[in-house]
Amino acid sequence: MAIEPAVVSPATLAEAYAIAARGAHRPVAGGTDLLVQITGGIGPPPDRVLDLWRLDELRGISVRDGALELGALTTFSEIRASVACREDAPALVEAAATIGAAQIQNRGTLGGNVMNASPAGDTLPVLLALDAELVVGGETGERTIPAAAFWPAYRRTAIRPDELLVRIRLPLVADRRQRFRKVGTRRAQAISKVVIALAWRGDPGSGTWREVRVALGSVAATPIRAAAAEAALEGERPTESTAERAVAALVGELRPIDDVRSTAAYRREVAGRVLRRLVRDEGRW
Amino acid sequence: MTIAARPGRAVGAPLRREGPAKLTGTALYTDDLVFPGGWYGTTIRSTEPRARLVAIDLDPAFDWSRVAVVTADDIPGDNVVASIAADQPILVPVGGEIRHQAEPVALLAAADRETLREARLRVRLRTEALPPVFDPLASTVEFARYDLAKGDVDAGLASADLVVQGTYRVGHQEQLYIENNAMIAVPRAGGGVIVHGSLQCPYYVHKALKRGLRIGSEQAQVVQAETGGGFGGKEEYPSMIGLHAALLALRTQRPVRMIYDRHEDLAATTKRHPAIVTHRTGVMRDGRVVAQDIDLVLDGGAYTTLTPVVLSRATIHAGGPYDIPNVRIRGRAVMTNTPPNGAFRGFGAPQSEFAAETQLNRVAEAIGMSPLDVRRRNVYRLGGITPTQQVLRGGVAGEEVLERAAEASEFDRVRVRTAESRGRRSPRDRTARGIGLALAWHGAGFTGSGEAKMGSVVSVELSGDGVVRILTASTEMGQGTKTIFPQLVAAELGLPIEAVEMAPQDTALVPDSGPTVASRTAMVVGGMTIQAARRLREAVEGRTGRPFATSYRDDAADHGATRIDQAFEPYPGVGFDDATYTGDAYPAFGWAAAVAEVEVDLDTFEVAVRSIVAVDDVGRVIHPVLCEGQVEGGTLQAVGYATIEEIKLLDGRYLNDRLQTYLIPTALDAPRIETILVESPFAGVPHGAKGVGELPMDVGAPAVVAAIHDATGAWIHDLPATPERIMAALVGIDPPGPPGISTVSPRRAADGDTER
Amino acid sequence: MSYHLTVNGTATEVAVPGMRRLLDVLREDLGLTGSKEGCGEGECGACTVLIDGAVAVSCLVPVCQVDAAVITTVEGLATPTTGLSSLQQAFLETGGAQCGICTPGMLLSGQAFLDSGAEPTDDAIREAIAGNLCRCTGYTKIVEAVALAAGRRDETGA
Ligand SMILES: Cc1cc2nc3c(=O)[nH]c(=O)nc-3n(C[C@H](O)[C@H](O)[C@H](O)COP(=O)(O)OP(=O)(O)OC[C@H]3O[C@@H](n4cnc5c(N)ncnc54)[C@H](O)[C@@H]3O)c2cc1C
Ligand code: FES
Ligand code: FES
Repeated sequence: MAIEPAVVSPATLAEAYAIAARGAHRPVAGGTDLLVQITGGIGPPPDRVLDLWRLDELRGISVRDGALELGALTTFSEIRASVACREDAPALVEAAATIGAAQIQNRGTLGGNVMNASPAGDTLPVLLALDAELVVGGETGERTIPAAAFWPAYRRTAIRPDELLVRIRLPLVADRRQRFRKVGTRRAQAISKVVIALAWRGDPGSGTWREVRVALGSVAATPIRAAAAEAALEGERPTESTAERAVAALVGELRPIDDVRSTAAYRREVAGRVLRRLVRDEGRW
Repeated sequence: MTIAARPGRAVGAPLRREGPAKLTGTALYTDDLVFPGGWYGTTIRSTEPRARLVAIDLDPAFDWSRVAVVTADDIPGDNVVASIAADQPILVPVGGEIRHQAEPVALLAAADRETLREARLRVRLRTEALPPVFDPLASTVEFARYDLAKGDVDAGLASADLVVQGTYRVGHQEQLYIENNAMIAVPRAGGGVIVHGSLQCPYYVHKALKRGLRIGSEQAQVVQAETGGGFGGKEEYPSMIGLHAALLALRTQRPVRMIYDRHEDLAATTKRHPAIVTHRTGVMRDGRVVAQDIDLVLDGGAYTTLTPVVLSRATIHAGGPYDIPNVRIRGRAVMTNTPPNGAFRGFGAPQSEFAAETQLNRVAEAIGMSPLDVRRRNVYRLGGITPTQQVLRGGVAGEEVLERAAEASEFDRVRVRTAESRGRRSPRDRTARGIGLALAWHGAGFTGSGEAKMGSVVSVELSGDGVVRILTASTEMGQGTKTIFPQLVAAELGLPIEAVEMAPQDTALVPDSGPTVASRTAMVVGGMTIQAARRLREAVEGRTGRPFATSYRDDAADHGATRIDQAFEPYPGVGFDDATYTGDAYPAFGWAAAVAEVEVDLDTFEVAVRSIVAVDDVGRVIHPVLCEGQVEGGTLQAVGYATIEEIKLLDGRYLNDRLQTYLIPTALDAPRIETILVESPFAGVPHGAKGVGELPMDVGAPAVVAAIHDATGAWIHDLPATPERIMAALVGIDPPGPPGISTVSPRRAADGDTER
Repeated sequence: MSYHLTVNGTATEVAVPGMRRLLDVLREDLGLTGSKEGCGEGECGACTVLIDGAVAVSCLVPVCQVDAAVITTVEGLATPTTGLSSLQQAFLETGGAQCGICTPGMLLSGQAFLDSGAEPTDDAIREAIAGNLCRCTGYTKIVEAVALAAGRRDETGA
């Protein structure tokens, strides 16, 4: 039997904020990371837990103010079933479908993935590629943090201890295309060896790519954007020579590590090969 | 595609006996057993690969009155987990040597888990580090060695048109039964203990208890609970856990539960032995292999456990199922400072047959012959002579399983297609398909004189109240023992299967019919069960003058109980000389072929095993559904071994010690498996069965690796054939380190306390 | 704290710490040992139950999150009056259970799949049980069992 810290289960967000303001509470959403950490003795267990599961204010998927908004408690199953997500965030739907298996997707939340801040969190590169805005809140009100600034260091986030993640906004961008690819050890229930999300605005006339985003997970201490690869693709059409330049740039800028799941050499090489494939698919060469 | 439901599959074969209990959640596994007043036990383990234990410090600030503490000093009997050698202690004594990272040093028990958790943190081991050995090739301690020779290997190599050389390495594999190891010990009223547990071999635990606790046979009682998988992993380690639970139970005079969690089970219990196998093969242009020179090293880990027996099987099978005139096989097993390795389905053969089959494929490639033809040319036929000088006198089905597999998979036709698409490959292609074939033999039952020495007994009784009951220590852990034994006895007695009972696997009730290992249950114990039933029938019919089925109840009423104890009788004409290691290594061999089709992602080199045709000669099929189930399960374990199951080590500690990092195939990773059962019976037992448990494990991995080669052109010599290894072979990136060998952390390397 | 749950159709109240795992509440507080613990970290699926009809691993669900929820465990599949459920019967016939330790979780994933009404293709069944590890069967006969039960459901329109 695992350690059983004290827990409070508020029914409203305001109550939850008040509890968070008192400090020293570890939030739990779907629990698919937190309970593993408690049971497995990974890190010190929390003294007190703040259960978010009853906060319906943190649920729901909608399009509002030019963005697709997902409550922090949105589960991966809900993302997979959402028409709005399939339309405006197909890469997120694909990512959700690769997480764990049905049991995990039914309870694991997008907010939990964001806040767990694992470099292998599969939705995080998607959020980076789609310029997500993370709305956090507390007793003092809400503020918005861009995804690009949200994971400053290994397993760290830009949130304050008295704040909760409230919702994730994905700004709607005309003509934006997105792709996703996860490389794991097996076809379900697998943590990524490399995960990559790609987004760009295709110019309908010239076919050139603008606002290119290349984001990766499991290749660094945090999810990252690959600046050199993005630069190589920016303003270009998806030709073979552009792809080669981008791949070379990507392989040059990645500094992955050897660990229990894979090797640095494989991660670097496979990231480049997957990027080449994604560009090739678009360029049809 | 919707799969057509196949109702009525089980027609003719009885349904699994304990099936309804397992399906409704009422079957009781060890952790489901409730013992009021029971305490929880836990094991304090070393965290050093090698060290001298200087002291065990208990924090004086902690209230130890609520906790039972047991150390080596508290062991009433020999501080030894009884096995082949007497080298593994139950607990490392102060002053003694710690030989691996997960070695038990002390035991604690408490009434609740909270206290126990707290107490664990208050125990500190003081140690003096000693230099560990991690590389088996650098080890100077040998657990066992076997040398086999047939013909003149040097002359054979000299006469060959071509000599091909190759080195193959395989790492650890975890059995990964879904139920972790678990034992509960309860003090017995008349002294001694009853141990309930998840285990394969009640009498192994029984023997260990007697020696470690210095108690008599009646005071040591071992009862198997429903067991959630074993695969060899619950053959020997339960003796250790049983002793631990028993020591705590005797100390506290209460029931004590030792229920491992997955982390402890992965970190501490036995794995399949890593191996390094080197082949030199001499072959003629026409495909005849004329010489095999094989060198095999198994990493036994820190203690002997079952390693000599695993090595012996690995050595005998190392040439593969081929009749080669000149053979030399040198096998040795060595010690390293890693947790001990032990039994796992296949017992050494999967390691050495992976090497043999992959080597043969390389040989075929070198002379431009198809993998199918090279096997046709060399496979054992009736009268073939093995490296132990055994003459194969019957039940030789290598050719048959090979041809059936080739035919069912359309091997030649598919191979032409995959070769064509390899020739046409362009960077546009996302995936590549490949097909691969492997053939194996597997000695049925114990190696050499093992069975004769064991002296197993099975009983069948007709009780005074007219019930027919089988008494055997053979355990059910998924294979269907409790279904097939009643089936065999019912058939012999002319009774419906429901009329035959199985006594529980409790050493107080059933005789020692040997361990449930080596695929010996159906063949050996099944055979003895039939013999016992036959004698019971003859006794009853002799008295009543009527057929057993119509007269046994009357007989029981008139004469009371009749119990037949059937001892193992050596099979006629089967003999083995331990001194020279020659003779009939096995009473019979089973034969298996597999054809795998894979699809390899050409960007990432992820491998999807799409289908496997598995053809297995099991002697005689007793129960088709159960038999197919064994083939399917074994095949998937082999696919995991081939592709994803890997343990990396650092300073002798397993890094893949949770289910998040030790991955086995899910339903989405599993191939479609087509099972074809072949019956080439063993004449030495009444029912002809040769066992099925281990056969599929021998062929799966080499078939998959051959298919990966067919798809990509890369030969992978190290298992598992991960995308990292395939990419290294094809693209030239840095390969991962060799499987199974621990790396050394920079700190340790700097201290210089290592030999690598 | 005390929590109210409906377990296998019976309304139940348990007074336990809110962070207690649902698995422990079922096995230890309610004595329903049909749900198994194979890993305690969500990977094996042996502890799978239905929460309001959806599969979840009970080793990762704190009981505070199932207050007022409807839980189904393996003990709730068969009833004394109906005997084995159609899926359990199919497992028995095809040989879908060997050692049986994965079976309770497997049955619940299979049942959720059947309840979803999805077309029982091989791939769909495999995806539905991908969170349940089985080391004995190679999954072949489990997939067959779910397909068999789905076929019977569709025949009878039940
Ligand atoms: C078997 C298994 C398979 C998995 N597979 C994958 C996979 O393939 N890919 C992947 O990316 N992940 C995977 N995970 C990890 C996990 O499921 C995901 O990270 C999931 O998104 C976590 O969500 P949760 O709601 O369960 O988080 P919780 O466990 O509830 O919380 C995670 C962390 O976030 C904090 N937190 C949660 N919500 C908030 C909030 N609103 N505000 C502030 N803090 C918050 C918690 O305090 C905690 O530190 C897997 C986990 C398991 C057990
Ligand atoms: S015990 Fe819950 S998933 Fe393994
Ligand atoms: S039947 Fe044993 S794990 Fe599935």
